[in-house]
Amino acid sequence: MAEYNKSEAELEAVFQQKIDSEQKIEPKDWMPEAYRKNLIRQMSQHAHSEIIGMQPEGNWITRAPSLRRKTVLLSKVQDEGGHGLYLYSATETLGIERSELIAALQSGQAKYASIFNYPAQTWGDMGAIGWLVDGAAIVNQVSLQRTSYGPYSRGMIRICKEESFHQRQGYVIMMELAKGSPAQKQMAQDSLNRFYWPSLMMFGPHDSESAHSAKSMKWKIKRETNDDLRQKFIDQTVPQIAYLGLEHPDKDLVWNEEKGQHDSGEIDWEEFYAVINGNGHSNRQRIQHHVKAHEEGAWVRDAMSAYQQKKLQRKINAETAA
Amino acid sequence: MTSSTKIASKQDTIDYAARLGDDAIVIGHRISEWVSRAPFIEEDVALGNVALDFLGHARMYYTYAAQLSNEQNGTDDITEDNFAYLRDERQFQNHLLHELHKGDFAYTTARQLLIDVYNKHFLEQLKNSNDETLAAIAVKAAKETKYHCRRSKDWTLRLGDGTSESHEKMQLALNDIWGYSHELFELDELEQRLVDAGIAVDCTQLKAAWLKEVTAIIEEATLMVPDQDWVVSGGRQGYHTEHLGHLLTEMQFVHRSFPGAKW
Repeated sequence: MAEYNKSEAELEAVFQQKIDSEQKIEPKDWMPEAYRKNLIRQMSQHAHSEIIGMQPEGNWITRAPSLRRKTVLLSKVQDEGGHGLYLYSATETLGIERSELIAALQSGQAKYASIFNYPAQTWGDMGAIGWLVDGAAIVNQVSLQRTSYGPYSRGMIRICKEESFHQRQGYVIMMELAKGSPAQKQMAQDSLNRFYWPSLMMFGPHDSESAHSAKSMKWKIKRETNDDLRQKFIDQTVPQIAYLGLEHPDKDLVWNEEKGQHDSGEIDWEEFYAVINGNGHSNRQRIQHHVKAHEEGAWVRDAMSAYQQKKLQRKINAETAA
Repeated sequence: MTSSTKIASKQDTIDYAARLGDDAIVIGHRISEWVSRAPFIEEDVALGNVALDFLGHARMYYTYAAQLSNEQNGTDDITEDNFAYLRDERQFQNHLLHELHKGDFAYTTARQLLIDVYNKHFLEQLKNSNDETLAAIAVKAAKETKYHCRRSKDWTLRLGDGTSESHEKMQLALNDIWGYSHELFELDELEQRLVDAGIAVDCTQLKAAWLKEVTAIIEEATLMVPDQDWVVSGGRQGYHTEHLGHLLTEMQFVHRSFPGAKW
C-alpha cells in the first residue's frame, strides 16, 4: 500500500518495525521528523569534529621531527578532511545543505567533539591524540557501523578502516617516545596525562545524564550506551599503557574480578561541562580559525562559480552560433 | 656552452640530489601550511595530497643523497633526515621561488603554475639521466607532476577568468613572483659538470618550452605575462630571502631539540 494512504501512526509503526528487524532506513524512506533531526545533529557533529580535528594535528605538520612522521601525519590529517566530506555528504541525504551545516558550526549552534578544545602542545600530543582520541572515536564508530540509517552506517564502515591506521600511527609515536631518551619518555607521559581523561569524556555524560540517549537507542541510531562504550575503551587502554611502560593516569583504577572489567576513578564532569561551555584553551581559536579560512576563501569560491557560469555561457553561445 | 675541464665527482651528485630535495621539501612545506585553511574542504584534501607528493619527492632525493654520502664516507648512519633537519639556511640550495611565504590562494596558484610546469619539463629530461636512480625518481615524480600541472592550469583559468577580484589578485601574484622564475633556468659550475657527465638536466634548455606553455595558460586565463625585467637569484648558492630561515626554524626545532633521538 502506498505511503500516502497511511496515517502517521501506521507509518511510524512500519518504521519502527524495520528498525527492530535490523533493516536500514534509507534517504527516501519515511522517517519521523525527530529521527531526521536527531541524525542531522549527530552526523553533522561528527562531520564538524573531523574538520575541526584537523587543526590540532595540522598545527604539527610543519614541525614533525622526521620526514617519515611528517608524511604519516599529513596523510592522517588529509584523511580527516576526507571523512568530513563523506559525513557532510551523508548528512545532506537528510535534506540539508553543507553550507547550512557549516553556518551552524560557525555560529556555535552545532557542536563538535569537545576534545579538540584542548591544545596540542607537544609532539607527544600527536601520539596521544592518534592513540587515545582516535582510539576512543573508533570504539564509538565501530558500534555505529550498525546504526540504523543506511548512509551513516556505510560511511562508518569506510571511515573505520582508515581510523585504525590513525590510531596505529599515534601508538607508534608513543612507542618511539616511550623507548627513547628520558626526555622523550617524559614527553609521552605528559601527553598521556593530559589526554587520558578528556578521551574518556568523549563518550559523553553518564547514561543517566545523557539528553539524547534513550530515543537514540530505541531508534538504533546509537547501538551501545555511553558508559558501555567508555568501559570498553578503559579496558582496552590498560594493557596499552602497560606495554609502553608508562604510569596510568587513573590512580583509582582497579581490576574488578567479579565484573571482569576495570573500576575506574570518577571523571571530572565539571571540567567536561566547563570546556564544552567555552572554557577550554582553544574553543575560540578553533572556530575563529575555521571562520577565517572560510571568509578568506569566499572570493575563491565566487571566482569558481563565475568561471563555471562563463564556461557554460560560452558553450551555449557556441552551440547557438553553430 | 662552455666546455668544462673538471670532471663531475660523487660529491657533485650528492649536492645535486640534495638541491632537488631542497626544492621539494620547501615547496611541500609551504603547501602543507594550507591544511585546514583552504577555501573549501575538497581543496584541503587536494592541497594535502600535493604537499604529500612533494614530500615524497624530497624523501627520494634525500635518501639517494644519504646513500651516496654513506658510500663515500664509509658510514651507515646518514639518512634523509640529516639533509632536511641538520643543515642550516646557507646550506639549503632550493630555488627562492619555493621558499617565498604562503601568501593567499592566488599567490599559491600562481607559484604552483610556474613550478609545476617547470617540473614537468625538468623531469621529462631527468628521465634520460645516466644516473639510474635519478632517472627512476624522475619517472615516478613525473606521473604526479602531470596531475599537479592540470590542477594549476585549472585554478589559473578559474581565478584569472573568474571575477574581477580574482583576476586582479592573480595578476598581482604573478607580478610579485615573476622575477624569481628566471633562476630556474640558471646553470652553475656544479650542474654544468653534471650536465657534461650526462647526469643533470641542462635547465637552460627548458626555458623556451616553459615560457611558451606558461604564457598560453596565462593568456587563456585573460591575464598578462609580467614584463617587468627584475631578476632575483641566488638560491642554488644558498643566498636566500628572509623567508627560508623562519621555515627551517619551524621545521627543524623538535628534531634539533633532541639530538640523536629516534622518532
